[in-house]
Amino acid sequence: MTGSPYAPHTEAETRAMLDAVGVDDEEALFDIPDAVAFDGDLDIPARDERAVREEMAATLERNDDVVEFLGRGHHDHYVPAAVEDLAGRSEFLTSYTQYQPEVTQGFLQALFEYQSMLVELTGLSVANCSMYDAATALGEAALLADRVRDADGDRVLVPEHLQSGRRATLERYVAGADLAVEAYPMDDGCADLDALESAVGEDVVMIYAENPTVRGVIEERPAAVGDLAHDADALFCLGSDPVALALLREPAAVGADVVVGEADALGLPVSYGTGLGLFACREAYLRQIPGRLVGASTDAADRRAFTLTLQTREQHIRKERATSNICTNQAWVALRTAMHVAALGPDGLVELAERCVREAAGLAERLDAVSGIEAPVHDRHHFREFVLGSDRPAPALADDLLAEGFAVHAIDEHRLQACVTETNADRVEDLVAAVEVVA
Amino acid sequence: MTDYDQARWSREDDPVYESLLAEKRSTTVEVEGGPLPDDLTRESVTLPDPAEPELARHYTRLSEMNYGVESGPYPLGSCTMKYNPAFSEDVAADPNGLVHPDRPDDTIQGILELAYGLQRDLARIGGMDAVTLQPPAGAAGEFTGISIAQAYHEARGEDRSEVIVPASAHGTNFASAVMAGYDVVELPSADDGRLDLDALEAAVGDETAALMLTNPNTLGLFEREVTAAADLVHDAGGLLYYDGANLNALLGRARPGDMGFDVMHYNVHKTFGTPHGGGGPGAGPVGVVDDLAPYLPTPHVRETESGTYETYEPERSIGKVHGFAGNWLVLVKTYAYVARLGEEGLRDASAKAVLNANYLAEQIDFEVPYRPFHHEFAATAGDRDAADVAKRMLDYGVHPPTTKWPELVPEAMLTEPTEIESRETLDDLARAFNAAAADSDEELEAAPTRTAARRIDQASAARNPRLSWQALDDE
Repeated sequence: MTGSPYAPHTEAETRAMLDAVGVDDEEALFDIPDAVAFDGDLDIPARDERAVREEMAATLERNDDVVEFLGRGHHDHYVPAAVEDLAGRSEFLTSYTQYQPEVTQGFLQALFEYQSMLVELTGLSVANCSMYDAATALGEAALLADRVRDADGDRVLVPEHLQSGRRATLERYVAGADLAVEAYPMDDGCADLDALESAVGEDVVMIYAENPTVRGVIEERPAAVGDLAHDADALFCLGSDPVALALLREPAAVGADVVVGEADALGLPVSYGTGLGLFACREAYLRQIPGRLVGASTDAADRRAFTLTLQTREQHIRKERATSNICTNQAWVALRTAMHVAALGPDGLVELAERCVREAAGLAERLDAVSGIEAPVHDRHHFREFVLGSDRPAPALADDLLAEGFAVHAIDEHRLQACVTETNADRVEDLVAAVEVVA
Repeated sequence: MTDYDQARWSREDDPVYESLLAEKRSTTVEVEGGPLPDDLTRESVTLPDPAEPELARHYTRLSEMNYGVESGPYPLGSCTMKYNPAFSEDVAADPNGLVHPDRPDDTIQGILELAYGLQRDLARIGGMDAVTLQPPAGAAGEFTGISIAQAYHEARGEDRSEVIVPASAHGTNFASAVMAGYDVVELPSADDGRLDLDALEAAVGDETAALMLTNPNTLGLFEREVTAAADLVHDAGGLLYYDGANLNALLGRARPGDMGFDVMHYNVHKTFGTPHGGGGPGAGPVGVVDDLAPYLPTPHVRETESGTYETYEPERSIGKVHGFAGNWLVLVKTYAYVARLGEEGLRDASAKAVLNANYLAEQIDFEVPYRPFHHEFAATAGDRDAADVAKRMLDYGVHPPTTKWPELVPEAMLTEPTEIESRETLDDLARAFNAAAADSDEELEAAPTRTAARRIDQASAARNPRLSWQALDDE
């Protein structure tokens, strides 16, 4: 093998092209000073396609075969074959951002439909066509809050129970704006409203809550959190996902100004954290929203057509005054998520959401009956997942379960967390049997 | 010349193209009597409700009204629209690799071994000492890299407030530096389109945290004074950041680390052939020199003495720039591409990319003011409107170049054919450029006519934003 397998040039063509350009060889086209030219060896051998596939398959086989009861911000739902098949069409997969809308109507319409689905699910009037993941969407929400709030402030309040990656990413995002992230306490898994009330002040720019929380708890009084935010002239940002949103009260109805979340709960299988950041907000913030927006317009034939719009917010036009640095986003994942929502339809989506409640309650009840286990720890309604207490140290118990072939989270010394959806519900019996052995 | 008509679905009695899903079939479902008390649930949800055959037809039609690299040439400058190897999709879909990110290290040795291998290969390609795979896009890589530079200065007790960015840089450079809390000092280009060393010398000082450079720059020119620039910045205590958007020009021939760069990002969806997906997901791994390695995001992957792999938090980590480990599925495809090409293939990709750009530039009737360029060139449409020329090129069956940028070139058409095009396709592309050049202003303004939609009214879309089907219903 001597060259790129994806460059079609024959030697004769290369020669003819070099002649047309007027140089003897390709090296003559490079204007690289000797002082910085690389003449070493990268030590990366080329392999043929079959060899690469076999090598990578063999490497991935070194992952243990484990039944996952894991959630905490990355969830598994069954992705219909039609989604995989249609999203894989190369006109979608191999296209670029729609800077020439006339020739990319298909993707633009699909993204417009994605935005519309999120508008329906959140009740808010604007959704962008993607951020990287929930964590970066949360970071962007805090920066939006900082931009739109009239009065100065420098505090962002977040729940004590928050996925660590989400918290760390938020802190990194807001460091440049000199905002400080503070946790407010939880009361049996829900926001502690009294504590939150005493934490809120004029210097708070945003309060964040999740529904469901990272522990799977359904927040009982999200509107009260929103009221506390609005009393302080702070933004109320709510975290959720498209499955939960099909069942829970619309964020707009509980006062949310911004909704963020992991929209890839639909559309992608578990994929070591590959995400899709949901971002929706009230219309008032339209000119300050980060990320790309697809809008409807008309074309020269007077027909409805779609285009990227309000681009003067974006980095390629506004540079240092852009609302965000985001350029490449998660468009193809958004396409998949929209396809998955459409494949389920409203009946299928609500049914799936209700199943997330029932399966979690069912598993908790089964585990609670095991000696040495208390489940759920929080006396609340749950979605997909819940925290369980164990008499034995939780890390040791999780290790023993792993030896039996099951993965659950150990979240502290005496608490574990388990997540159940339609993809692992058929292994609940086996999990309970294993817990009975090791608890 | 290619004779081309894009698929277009329309009906005589309805002024739309393909109807929206919601217009085809939509259902309202009452949410009641479920497992939750009513005060926690919504009342109803209204969503599209297609049967699977309808779903398949809807998205197949939409795909036919879209244009990808597999449809035809896609010479968008600065975007590096390469062929995306089919087999890499299969590798990314391997069920053994579809795991949850919270799995203990010893149960996902396969994932960690691939991650480690990719960190190592990217470090070699960039001449860097350590690489994080976490940033989910190029701009996220910039933000990560500048944050690392910031943490490095802070750890040395230095509070620097400025990042220097050439005027010709990608817009993300400015926005990323501001996001990290810096003031941007914009550097005008020299007359030859390159970095102006005198201007740099004047701009550099105690406040300089970093200089961000693209090399070759956005005109495709190699910054020949890069080591002098590095010395100026380093002497002032600043760091040098490499924007990897144009790395496809240099693979195996020059490495940012050898040019004096301290920190860089790679755009794997450009340089390493992972699909652009209509705007993402990509990935923007960041490479650093040894001094900056302690600041990399957490978790990072390393090899243990016993030959296994583990994640750990670097000593002075900047924390996280993604909730988990970034766009992992894209990184798997990157690994596959790098392994498939190897060093020789990567070197050849650059050679053919640069040859293709030079050959194409020779064939077109538009002037290319700045030379010698590498993998891309900025032609000027002269007294024509570059955006109109681009619209007309759509009618000739090709995707046009990036237009009106960089601003240094009037009516710029930034063109990057990449290595994947044959001489024949380049000739086709040239014919499209030249036919558009020969067409009248009226023909240009009336274009495109052969795409799914005709020329779209951008101004009214922005003046009266309608961003959802609900907004259309409200009218």
